[in-house]
Amino acid sequence: MKTEFLGIPLKNRTVLASGILGNSKDILERVYHSGCALVTMKSIGPAPRDGHKNPTVLDLGHGMINAVGLPSPGYDRMEGEWDELARRNFPLCASIYGGSVAEYARVAEFVSQKKPDVIEINISCPNSEKHGMIFGVHTDSAFEVVSAVKQVINVPLIAKLTPQAPDIASIACACEDAGADAICAINTVGPGMVIDIESRQPVLAFKKGGLSGPMIKPVAVRCVYDIFKAVRIPIIGLGGITTGEDAIEMIMAGASLTGIGSAVRYRGIDVFDKVTREMNDWLESHNCSIEDIKGAAHQET
Amino acid sequence: MTPSKTHTMIRVAEKVIEHPGESATLYFDAPITFTPGQFVMFWIPGVDEKPYTLSFVSPARFGITIEAKGIFSQKAIALEPGDLVGIRGPFGNGFTLPDEPAHTVFVAGGFGMAPLAPLIDTLLENGENPLAVIHGARTRSHLLYHDSNDPNRNPPERHPGDRQFCTDDGSYGHKGFVTDLLLDLLGKGASVEQVYACGPEIMMHAVVQICRGEQIPCQVSLERYMRCGFGVCGACVCGEQVVCTDGPVFDDTQVSRMADFNRRALLKNGQIVDLDTYFTWRQPR
Ligand SMILES: Cc1cc2nc3c(=O)[nH]c(=O)nc-3n(C[C@H](O)[C@H](O)[C@H](O)COP(=O)(O)OP(=O)(O)OC[C@H]3O[C@@H](n4cnc5c(N)ncnc54)[C@H](O)[C@@H]3O)c2cc1C
Ligand SMILES: Cc1cc2nc3c(=O)[nH]c(=O)nc-3n(C[C@H](O)[C@H](O)[C@H](O)COP(=O)(O)O)c2cc1C
Ligand code: FES
Repeated sequence: MKTEFLGIPLKNRTVLASGILGNSKDILERVYHSGCALVTMKSIGPAPRDGHKNPTVLDLGHGMINAVGLPSPGYDRMEGEWDELARRNFPLCASIYGGSVAEYARVAEFVSQKKPDVIEINISCPNSEKHGMIFGVHTDSAFEVVSAVKQVINVPLIAKLTPQAPDIASIACACEDAGADAICAINTVGPGMVIDIESRQPVLAFKKGGLSGPMIKPVAVRCVYDIFKAVRIPIIGLGGITTGEDAIEMIMAGASLTGIGSAVRYRGIDVFDKVTREMNDWLESHNCSIEDIKGAAHQET
Repeated sequence: MTPSKTHTMIRVAEKVIEHPGESATLYFDAPITFTPGQFVMFWIPGVDEKPYTLSFVSPARFGITIEAKGIFSQKAIALEPGDLVGIRGPFGNGFTLPDEPAHTVFVAGGFGMAPLAPLIDTLLENGENPLAVIHGARTRSHLLYHDSNDPNRNPPERHPGDRQFCTDDGSYGHKGFVTDLLLDLLGKGASVEQVYACGPEIMMHAVVQICRGEQIPCQVSLERYMRCGFGVCGACVCGEQVVCTDGPVFDDTQVSRMADFNRRALLKNGQIVDLDTYFTWRQPR
């Protein structure tokens, strides 16, 4: 299962999704030792932000809905954390966000100096300068933010896309043209809403939230399929992966690596180890390798 | 098909004021499957949602005891019978009772009594008596389920019998800390086989130190800011442990390996700070 991704040696194909547990070095290290090859930090923002009031994360049985609201200490208030992470012995992906192109660049430049192995930019955020329009739904704003970040960092860059884009493949192309080294897809689906019929009000304090987990897997698989057709850079397929077979499906859609988030709830922190073993079992029983099946769903018969 | 309801919506059946203006126990008439030490996420629609341990459980009823601190807990103790709230859970691991009857000691600091009380109930139901229950608080009015303030208290004293009390200000029982009483007990040569402690983290730390010195197994219950309650969002991490799923109950071996026990916690924004800063941040605003 060993592989190399953007020059980073990885022990298998699993990646921890941003916003899942990744709040401190100790827990990131534990996730790594639970079988995860590449761990992603909770998205880091330009300023301290508490996020939304609870309820923020709810389980719907077939997945979850969340409106955590991008809480962050702010990129320049994490010195202790960066010091500890400098002494890590595992590959690290730092996720960042901003409310404007300049903010993305400012955060990215600072974070790049802390030497994560790779930076992921979460472009599912509203652009505060353009009436809250989401960066990742238009090719021009996606291009602008990726190229601005690319210029100020000296580690590889992953663009993390939102399925809210009407044509996600064209967004992926714009990111590739702007210099992205890889694509991560997808962020949460929606937004959706859950109303409690007894109190007659939306359950999430923020009212709307993003969907994740098993219920979004078909959307994620379709997005990765479309992106694979459109770009040459590698893809981290993410969304609803819970088992080794889910991961195999994502690789057949065109992913090189498979991200896991919500499944930590359903199968425990060692879900990474479980999924890797299940992938191996499947490959063995079908007598093939990852390279044999990558993008297999695209072969016309 | 898995149910897609996020909360069990339920009305407050009864409110018992523990100490006027300071604390109350809310009771709900519904069965719940639960291990002492577990907690629920308690949602007041339109206000917020926070974790509370179940402080009382019977076949058809359960309760939570709330101390008024910030805005949320003040609104919670102001709820009245008939008010509609939401419950998610129970979550977390809960306390583990010894396989065989053992000499158990309970050490509660203030509202730390809330998760320990149903554990004491379970023990009593099994026909066993704790060796000692040590209960301390800042002042007399912060002792829980105890009639020191009001002999006509309704309901009556939760666990009548041999209880040892202390208060920081000496307003009731021994003037001093629960650790004084624990050391006193051990000094008298009591053979203690298991300690359960809950209260301020600094108190639990002190109890763990004592127990490790004497090689007595000890379990404590931690508290951190929480969002999901089921091990996904990372808000509650303490070192490499996830308090909502790995805990909230940890044993002395686990906490002594936990880099952040009695040391650091995460603010709502994820910043890792020392515990003093953590608690000042939570001042009522
Ligand atoms: C697993 C778990 C179980 C819990 N069980 C209970 C319970 O049974 N009963 C209960 O009343 N609360 C319990 N809590 C705490 C509860 O969730 C709230 O944090 C608490 O009610 C305060 O909420 P607030 O929003 O009103 O106050 P906040 O705005 O959070 O804080 C207000 C004030 O309270 C102080 N404060 C808050 N928490 C603590 C603390 N733990 N120790 C010392 N000072 C503190 C702050 O310094 C501040 O001055 C539990 C927490 C967890 C994680
Ligand atoms: C509680 C929670 C918090 C999240 N926070 C972030 C975040 O900070 N940044 C980000 O890029 N994605 C965030 N996500 C999205 C996930 O990284 C992932 O894209 C999504 O959950 C789909 O994967 P899954 O189905 O495996 O969970 C979050 C998801 C959840 C459930
Ligand atoms: S509260 Fe979300 S991980 Fe514990």
